[in-house]
Amino acid sequence: MSQSFKLDGREIPFLPGQTIMAAATAAGVYIPHLCHNPDYAPQGSCRVCVVGMGRRQVSACTTPATDGAEVDNSSEAVQESRRSVLQMLFAEGNHVCPACERSGNCQLQAVAYYVGMLSPHYPPFFPRRPVDASHPHFIIDFNRCILCELCVRASRDHDGKRVFAISGRGLASHLVIDSPSGLLGDSCFAAEDRAAHVCPVGAILPKHKGFERPIGERLYDREPISKVGDVRSHDRAHESEVD
Amino acid sequence: MIGSPTQDVEGFVAESLDALGREPEQLLQHLIAVQRRFGWVPPAAVERLSADLDVTRTQVRAAIAFYAFLHDRPQGDFDILFSDNITDRMLGNQRLVNLLAERLGVRLGETRSDGRVTLGLTSCTGMCDQGPALLVNGRAVTALNPRRVDRIADLVEQGTPLEHWPGDFFRVEDNLRRRGLLLSNPVTDGAGLRKLIDKGADAALAEIERSGLRGRGGAGFTTALKWKFAREAPGAERYVVCNADEGEPGTFKDRVLLTSFADLVIEGMTICAGVIGAHKGFIYLRGEYAYLVAHLESVLARRRAEGLLGESILGIPRFDFDVAVHLGAGAYICGEESALIESLEGKRGVTRKRPPFPVVCGYRDRPTVVNNVETFLAAARVVQWGGYWFRGEGTDQSAGSKILSVSGDCERPGIYEYPFGTPVHRVLTDCGAEHVQALQISGAAGTTLSPADFDRIIAFEDLSTAGSFMVFDHSRDMLDMVRSFAAFFAHESCGFCTPCRVGTGLLHNLVEKVADGQASAHDLEEMRQIGSVMKLASYCGLGQTAPSHIRNTLDKFPDIYKRRLRSEEYTPSFDLDAALSEARALSGRDDAGAHISETQEEEA
Repeated sequence: MSQSFKLDGREIPFLPGQTIMAAATAAGVYIPHLCHNPDYAPQGSCRVCVVGMGRRQVSACTTPATDGAEVDNSSEAVQESRRSVLQMLFAEGNHVCPACERSGNCQLQAVAYYVGMLSPHYPPFFPRRPVDASHPHFIIDFNRCILCELCVRASRDHDGKRVFAISGRGLASHLVIDSPSGLLGDSCFAAEDRAAHVCPVGAILPKHKGFERPIGERLYDREPISKVGDVRSHDRAHESEVD
Repeated sequence: MIGSPTQDVEGFVAESLDALGREPEQLLQHLIAVQRRFGWVPPAAVERLSADLDVTRTQVRAAIAFYAFLHDRPQGDFDILFSDNITDRMLGNQRLVNLLAERLGVRLGETRSDGRVTLGLTSCTGMCDQGPALLVNGRAVTALNPRRVDRIADLVEQGTPLEHWPGDFFRVEDNLRRRGLLLSNPVTDGAGLRKLIDKGADAALAEIERSGLRGRGGAGFTTALKWKFAREAPGAERYVVCNADEGEPGTFKDRVLLTSFADLVIEGMTICAGVIGAHKGFIYLRGEYAYLVAHLESVLARRRAEGLLGESILGIPRFDFDVAVHLGAGAYICGEESALIESLEGKRGVTRKRPPFPVVCGYRDRPTVVNNVETFLAAARVVQWGGYWFRGEGTDQSAGSKILSVSGDCERPGIYEYPFGTPVHRVLTDCGAEHVQALQISGAAGTTLSPADFDRIIAFEDLSTAGSFMVFDHSRDMLDMVRSFAAFFAHESCGFCTPCRVGTGLLHNLVEKVADGQASAHDLEEMRQIGSVMKLASYCGLGQTAPSHIRNTLDKFPDIYKRRLRSEEYTPSFDLDAALSEARALSGRDDAGAHISETQEEEA
């Protein structure tokens, strides 16, 4: 017997064990997200994909779909949570879109547009985060890291390397690299690793190239993320832009 | 202690590996041992543990950075941390911190240049009934006063090892003030366990169900249901975990239960093991209570000798169950059951994704029951004396009794046990609280009450509480409580999810802005808005409840905010004139033209 739930009133079928996110995506409905990537185990940390269920908000990427549930993907309450979470991410790091090589190909920026975020709103924390340029082919700009842990998961679960981890706690949480010096250049990270190409923002970037496609002509410059989806699904096109 | 010779470190780690084992789950316990021996975790220990436990160097370093009591650089020979709960502050801890800092010539948060002493602050150490308190190299010192602090300064200067400090410095009183259903009879002789064996696991579970027992950690999940789920979950191995990580500011009941009722707690765990079919259990003890480890180990050893623990309990073949004590290392989040399990596995204490719930997929991904210390104690008595005995007290939805940790402005702080349904004013009268302005129930994450609420009752259906009960009289400025809790949550957020990680930081800054007299009415609205997003969108209970004290006090004590407002409308968080100070210093100018006044700003 087929099961389904209602997303903003629309019937969404699902298979047992499927999350709200997976079922919605399969049905062609976009739920904004950042730490979610269907190639890796969901973790539900960014909270951008919150949807309303009864009086609660839950992350669509980790919550199993249940038969007959009514799920809210568009009310003002849900949009406000998403907008605030995005604003918190912008206030937490140092995100300077106009100067960023990823502008236009960045999911953080694209999702911010999608949820109608007009300003960072909260007072910025301006953390000091030195850039790691020790690797011959890649650079890590921790200023733009949103702690989505996609590189952590890709390195561990796909590359089998465990190059990345999260250290510290609270606002001092930060991405760390497994090498004697703590630098990327001393680690076993390689340009071919999946972890090198999974960052949804501009934190992990290839060296020796930049702005090959002008700002204004990039993926999310042309169409909203709700239509064209994640950077991941445009890997080819995207790589040809940056390669 | 500026460095530690590499061969000493490697030798010690090798001993620790032999003693505690080489499972990756033991990482945190090894790190705690190394920290205690050397005063920090030297790089040689990181390398060795990473190689021998087969965990990445990064995982080891990340654990050190996560737990407040672990350090990647040398601390002083005497590492002194003053407990900094609001109750410690009310008892004058700040004056004592300053006194010790002055006597020792060291600043707060720093290590003295000769490496003799480090001075810092830490979250509530669970000694609120006998504070102010501090931890020195992990040992709790209670009932601080200027004389005691003076003496501590002498002992530190003389380099006197802790074992030669006066014994009464380390004395911890039970302060049991009111004994009810559970505490009036401390005797145990394995009677509950015998009942389990006589009547069988089904009957024991039925008694727990009949009793209506709900978890005592605050959330109130039905205990029988939890045990039943774990019992029915597929898998050969199961685990029983006693959550003794009571980190909620103002709570200390588990300290007393583990001191004077440890037998009953362990009996409750053993009964649970018999019901669900577990062979291994853990007491996850908060690092602040490390002084209780020796006592707990001795109780466990005695119970093994009496046949109440270990293999073939009470002679029953295949009824094997043993308990290990695992220490935490300064992380409030580990009181949350899935974070606690991560910590038990030696990792950073970050909450897990749910579902699956720990009863199905907990420690080592096996079915695991995590219950509060008080819950296991109650379960042992329920099986011994029956569900109806327990149900005889309390309300419909909240059976039995609740053990409260009472502290703050009252004559008799300590442990009080009441039937559920007891009104707040009764507790206030019994503990000798007068001129009460406010009550914070269930800790920093709990509810702020004003006198209009004192008829409300302690029960899951009204005031649900893990037991913290902090009293504030009219001499107190309630904003001090808010500042303390806001700083607490910013320090204790695990950092996993965005609303809690960033929201606790934003709220902390806004509360300080209010305290500085720089805030406007707009900032108060911001606090509400951030709080509402945190409550709705945070991943776990920590983030969902972290803004409660702000929302409560905005509603019930609005004056503590309003009288400090600089403007009714909007004050920018960015001070333009202050930002120019560096430019003024560089240019050597400090005339009127080098300043921006508020009127100029407005004109601009």
